[in-house]
Amino acid sequence: MGNKAVIVENASIRFGTHNALCKVSFQIEEGDIATVVGPNGGGKSTLLKAILGLVELNSGSIKIFGQEAKQVKRTDIGYVPQIKTLDRSFPALPIELVATGVLGFWPQKFDKKLREICLDALEKVAASHLSKRPLSKLSGGELQRIYLARSIVRKPKLLILDEPATGIDQASEYDLNSLIGKYQEESNATVLMVTHDWEAAYHHADYVLMLNCCQICYAPPKIAFEEKNLRQAFGHIGHKHEMIFGVKRND
Amino acid sequence: MIEIFSLAFIQRAAVAGILIGFVTSYYGVFIVQRKLSFLGSGLAHSAFGGAALGILLETEPLWVALPFTIIISILIVYLKEKSKLSGDTSIGILFSLSVALGIIFLSLKKGYTSDAFTYLFGSILSVQKIDLLFSLLLALLSVATFFSQWKKWAYATFDAELAQADRVSVVKDDYLLSILISVTIVVSIKVVGIVLLTAFLVIPAASSRLISSTFYQMTIYSIIIGVLSSFIGLIASIQMDLPTGAVIILIQTVFFIVALILSKK
Ligand SMILES: Nc1ncnc2c1ncn2[C@@H]1O[C@H](COP(=O)(O)OP(=O)(O)OP(=O)(O)O)[C@@H](O)[C@H]1O
Ligand SMILES: [Mg+2]
Repeated sequence: MGNKAVIVENASIRFGTHNALCKVSFQIEEGDIATVVGPNGGGKSTLLKAILGLVELNSGSIKIFGQEAKQVKRTDIGYVPQIKTLDRSFPALPIELVATGVLGFWPQKFDKKLREICLDALEKVAASHLSKRPLSKLSGGELQRIYLARSIVRKPKLLILDEPATGIDQASEYDLNSLIGKYQEESNATVLMVTHDWEAAYHHADYVLMLNCCQICYAPPKIAFEEKNLRQAFGHIGHKHEMIFGVKRND
Repeated sequence: MIEIFSLAFIQRAAVAGILIGFVTSYYGVFIVQRKLSFLGSGLAHSAFGGAALGILLETEPLWVALPFTIIISILIVYLKEKSKLSGDTSIGILFSLSVALGIIFLSLKKGYTSDAFTYLFGSILSVQKIDLLFSLLLALLSVATFFSQWKKWAYATFDAELAQADRVSVVKDDYLLSILISVTIVVSIKVVGIVLLTAFLVIPAASSRLISSTFYQMTIYSIIIGVLSSFIGLIASIQMDLPTGAVIILIQTVFFIVALILSKK
């Protein structure tokens, strides 16, 4: 026990002259849930991409299960990207997108086994009924489910999610969070998730990383969500803090 | 009908036409889905610069056009990666430069421009053994990529970042695709002509897109449409004594309209 899934040390990333990430250091134990919060442009997605080996560090280091980001076995990491404007002109079925999670490339044909594995993953996220609908005709929330299925179908040890609940109604967001929680419990995977939902982070995370280019804090939610941290990360926060945490923090 | 196929140049033309119909419609699916049709047209014009240089040097234009176009295609990708310019801007710059060079090369070669017209509008009669050989090699190579590269190109076409996160070497693969598209274009221009080449790269793939629900299906249908229209167009053009490239495009457009009607159903 006590093995580290992720170790980030003094990680800095610059784009041209613009600092996106500045001396970030934290560690996630295997089986923990860590969330990343911070303002827009705070470097959250950039950090995840560095952990995935998609962006090079300018200095510092990242170790995943004791290895360099690029050396980690492909199937050890599941990734749900921040929803972008999906290229809706690309002809694809949800089951194909899920299959990339198994294969690591785009499928040509399905054999029985592959189809079963993919349908199984879709069923886990309550999206079996979508398997044959064109990707271009799915709603934002339906699409997020497919991406989630794609990320868990390979049974990763580390699940990385970039705002998986964006654009999703509250009931579905609750579903999505519980789906992630369920996978985490079943597989004892480590979860690293970017979210703008402070309340969910407060309740579900073991640790919270607060980022605004610089690292504001990395601590259990009760400490991380103290008002001074939030002010430092987000500037003016008005009454939002009281509204979300006021009651709970007084008990 | 049968006897025209006994003529050697018709045989060459038929084989070249079918091979070119195949390779253009195969790479066309990536060109259409990656929104690169301007690249296709730009590279075709770049090939003109290379062919003109070949004519000036009195060697086989293909030998010069091939490396010339490949270099331009690499420069386009390189310029896009290294500068903040968008892809179509770097294409626009390099493509006009190549055409300008081509015009200068031809003007230096006084009183000898008929070959150049072949490249502009294509001429099925001008297909030589060497063109055929190249088409064949390219077609074989392309079949090989269908089994080895397609699944990675397709993944990166859908989402380059997801592919990269799955350890697909996206940048290297993109260069390979660009190079193969350049070769396809150079090999095709003699038959199709620079001016009309974009249609070969775009129309079969676009028609196929309309009736396909997966990218694999789109690839297969595109190839079928590309090969069929080349074959039908070739025969029709010889029968009616019309320019081959133009007739093939008419046939492709018929396929497109049919696909459009089918997709609306
Ligand atoms: N490829 C890139 N090239 C140049 N700058 C970039 C690149 N990617 C991100 N940036 C910059 O880095 C900063 C951090 O971006 P990032 O996407 O990590 O923010 P974020 O915290 O995920 O924001 P959001 O909440 O909006 O998703 C931004 O200022 C952005 O402009
Ligand atoms: Mg982001």
